[in-house]
Amino acid sequence: MSPHLILRVVSKLLIPMIVVFGFYVQFHGDYGPGGGFQAGVIIAAAVILYALIFGMDEARKAIPPVVARYGAALGVLIYAGVGVATLFMGGAGEPLNFLDYDALHPDQGHHTGQHYGILLVELGVLTTVASVMLAIFYAFAGRVPDIPEEEW
Amino acid sequence: MDHTDLTQYLDYALIAMLLAVGFAIVRLRNLFAVVMLTGVYSLLSAAWFVSLDAVDVAFTEAAVGAGISTVLMLGAMLLTARESEPAGAKRHWAALAVVVAAGAALFFAIPDMPVYGDPDSPANSYVGMDYMTSTPNEIAVPNVVTAVLASYRGYDTFGETVVIFTAALGVMLLLGFGTGRREEEEEEDDHEEGKA
Repeated sequence: MSPHLILRVVSKLLIPMIVVFGFYVQFHGDYGPGGGFQAGVIIAAAVILYALIFGMDEARKAIPPVVARYGAALGVLIYAGVGVATLFMGGAGEPLNFLDYDALHPDQGHHTGQHYGILLVELGVLTTVASVMLAIFYAFAGRVPDIPEEEW
Repeated sequence: MDHTDLTQYLDYALIAMLLAVGFAIVRLRNLFAVVMLTGVYSLLSAAWFVSLDAVDVAFTEAAVGAGISTVLMLGAMLLTARESEPAGAKRHWAALAVVVAAGAALFFAIPDMPVYGDPDSPANSYVGMDYMTSTPNEIAVPNVVTAVLASYRGYDTFGETVVIFTAALGVMLLLGFGTGRREEEEEEDDHEEGKA
């Protein structure tokens, strides 16, 4: 039997809600406060809470450090990829601009391209921020033994 | 509006608590308590940012300052000592002079600050007002902060994302990937060398 039963039960209830709240912050960023940076940090905080309560090995099993490593680069690639995509998707005769989201969709009246662009770019930010926070946490925690019992 | 704004007393209370926590951080020698108090400090500032209607900043401060950096500081503390060295009794008069001069300069500058929420303040009048007026027509996103961050200043945000990526790169280069394997392997290698 493991100690910290109350902590485990409470955090088991809290962690899914933290992640859902993170995604709410992410996808509601167009309408309310928040966005990729905040959502990424919130989701990383959920995983870090899991690691603190259930131990590093369990957390490494749930989200392997290699995922965090690749995710950090993937987010930057998504962001840059949107910029490169706008370069290629611009209409004939229009000026081609890096990260000019209007090129992503022909519907200029409703600015659909802007919505697509912001959504995709924020997805890249979310991926990078969440992965980077986790990667830094793993890098620190990988050098520290699990918190011994008397420290709690 | 002639009646006084009651939320200002909340602001005063939060600032007083920030001051108290700040002094406690300076006085304490137990690093565990200091790390926890820095988390409390971040949480208090987040509450203050909410009171100032800077909800985006409050989010970030609560998650990064109170959450993740507290955990990282705990990890750093576990790698070093639990108590800080007592500071010497020597008084640093030069440092005191610099702090007093900087503080006096800040107080001198206070009358030049725009009133909180002043629509004619520099931050609200030039570019800020342009963004407010043109976002509904050009971006059509209700949250102007998102429109500025992701679209008008998308290039800057890309740079910020790269900066965050670089931070992780630096930490991983210095501390390793944190897969938990390397240390054990090194220990095994040490044992084998010891046997040989």
